[in-house]
Amino acid sequence: MTDQALHSKSPSAAQTDDSAGMSYLESLPRRLVTLYLPLFVILVVLLFPFYWMGLTSIKPDEQLIDMEKFNPFWVVHPTFKHISKLLFETEYPRWLWNTMYVAVGATTLSIIASVLAAYAIVRLRFKGADAVGVLIFFAYLVPPSILFIPLASVIQAYGLFDSPLSLILVYPTLLIPFSTWLLMGYFKTIPYELEECALIDGASRWQILVKIVVPLAIPGLISAFIFSFTLCWNEFIYALTFLQSTPNKTVPVAIVNEFVDGDIYKWGSLMAGALVGSLPLVILYAFFVEHYVSAMTGAVKE
Amino acid sequence: MTTLQTSAPAQAPAAYTPPLWARLQANRNWIALWFMLPAAAFLILFLAYPLGLGVWMSFTDERIGRSGIFIGLENYQWLWDDSIFWLSVFNTLLYTIIASAIKFAVGLYLALLLNRHMPFKAIIRAIVLIPFIVPTVLSAIAFWWIYDAQFSIISWSLIRLGLIDHNINFLGDSNWARASVIFANIWRGVPFVAITLLAGLQTVSPSLYEAATLDGATNWQRFRFITYPLLTPIIAVVMTFSVLFTFTDFQLVWALTRGGPVNATHLMATLSYQRGIISGRLGEGAAIATAMIPFLLAAIAISWFGMQRRKWQQGSNND
Repeated sequence: MTDQALHSKSPSAAQTDDSAGMSYLESLPRRLVTLYLPLFVILVVLLFPFYWMGLTSIKPDEQLIDMEKFNPFWVVHPTFKHISKLLFETEYPRWLWNTMYVAVGATTLSIIASVLAAYAIVRLRFKGADAVGVLIFFAYLVPPSILFIPLASVIQAYGLFDSPLSLILVYPTLLIPFSTWLLMGYFKTIPYELEECALIDGASRWQILVKIVVPLAIPGLISAFIFSFTLCWNEFIYALTFLQSTPNKTVPVAIVNEFVDGDIYKWGSLMAGALVGSLPLVILYAFFVEHYVSAMTGAVKE
Repeated sequence: MTTLQTSAPAQAPAAYTPPLWARLQANRNWIALWFMLPAAAFLILFLAYPLGLGVWMSFTDERIGRSGIFIGLENYQWLWDDSIFWLSVFNTLLYTIIASAIKFAVGLYLALLLNRHMPFKAIIRAIVLIPFIVPTVLSAIAFWWIYDAQFSIISWSLIRLGLIDHNINFLGDSNWARASVIFANIWRGVPFVAITLLAGLQTVSPSLYEAATLDGATNWQRFRFITYPLLTPIIAVVMTFSVLFTFTDFQLVWALTRGGPVNATHLMATLSYQRGIISGRLGEGAAIATAMIPFLLAAIAISWFGMQRRKWQQGSNND
């Protein structure tokens, strides 16, 4: 089940003690070599690009290209020039706004559609519900890379080319399968009895969904929401294909296309752009770590 | 709940049939239709229809700004004789196989490390996932700078250490470019594999390890005969996803090399974009994209059997 891994921590405090129970068999030097050292190396490799990104974005230009006089791993007189240039001299705020607008719009639409679909599949048990569940799982496996060409002509036909609205309509195809699958897991954990009571009291299906099921599935909704939001922010190929004019672009597309001017000093602004574009997600992640993990593992384990 | 549903009409007097609207309101299939409608509309309009349209377009000579006519298998015949297409197939397979294998090995190793008892466990786990959270293109840009021909920090460090005497042209040399792109993909994929496998590891009861230790099992034996068998189902699913997303990867390569140098890193997805959108030959691009479908079906089939096996292991009442 989706949240087993999460909840297993709280009810089984005894179990965690057990797992610590065997670590006395290992001596400290041994742990150092088999656990801390490899972990440290992996963490350094995983985090180095971000360190480098952050460092470059506050490094003055002359230190960027002079690696003999200045140690490249450190910065002497940090500057906010790149970041302020990015925010005040380019259309970056606009791109950030576009990304946010698309991500919030697409995520909201997808969550609404997914809640309805997941509830219907899990609780209404209509004819063919299982088959629909499987179909939605398969939809999850259809990658954007094989859809962007036909979708470009569909978007063109609907007259939505070069409009962020096209992304709001297209992204749900990536998000709905995932969120539906995740929410199905959450809905299954809600006891039938609650719904039966409500039915006896004369509640309609809609009232049951809105007043009972959704409030109980809030953790699942948060997981689905932030994970979908991250996916939207990350999406690239559709945005690259559908958006043409500079002011309409999203952050990932704009960074790849608009900063590449062959200037040797582009790196400061590029890294600042990457850093500022990543920050909203990292901050969101810092607040909802557990939800992220349950979203990721939930979709895979369900 | 089923009893409730069926008993609802029985409350009414036998001769009385509720009006159509009331019966529809109580009909689960009818309600479900409305509940499914938004999701179905999105998935049919923007997923199922384009999927079919893409296959159809691969049989036409459609270009940007001009609708195509049916030309049969001509696009495919053209691709069959196209060495760049075959190079992209080779690159895609190489990329997928090497990156997935290393992602699996490192991811599993990292998951096993994270599953051990240590201080600041929660924080370390949270940090591990960061590469997965940051948008791929933005971290690819950071790698682009790390791989820079002139100012690469890796080259600089290696020169300082005295291991090499000139800068490595990471993205300019065919094999280095392939290796660089694969490394960036591994870097991005390891956290996903590690964290999902870790969730699987946490469900393995510690008492199994204790029992095995009492019986004198070595570390390797405990991994081979307890961890691995219990983890197989989730490994199957995680690796299917990993293979699928690696195979269809586009953004990392596009941000780093755009398929260069001399097509050495062109994947099928990037070649499809190059031919379909940039050169405007939509039909040919669609044919390359369609050529990916058989590989994807194979991956999905593996995933399906992985899931089936898991259901079987956990008993049929999986939900």
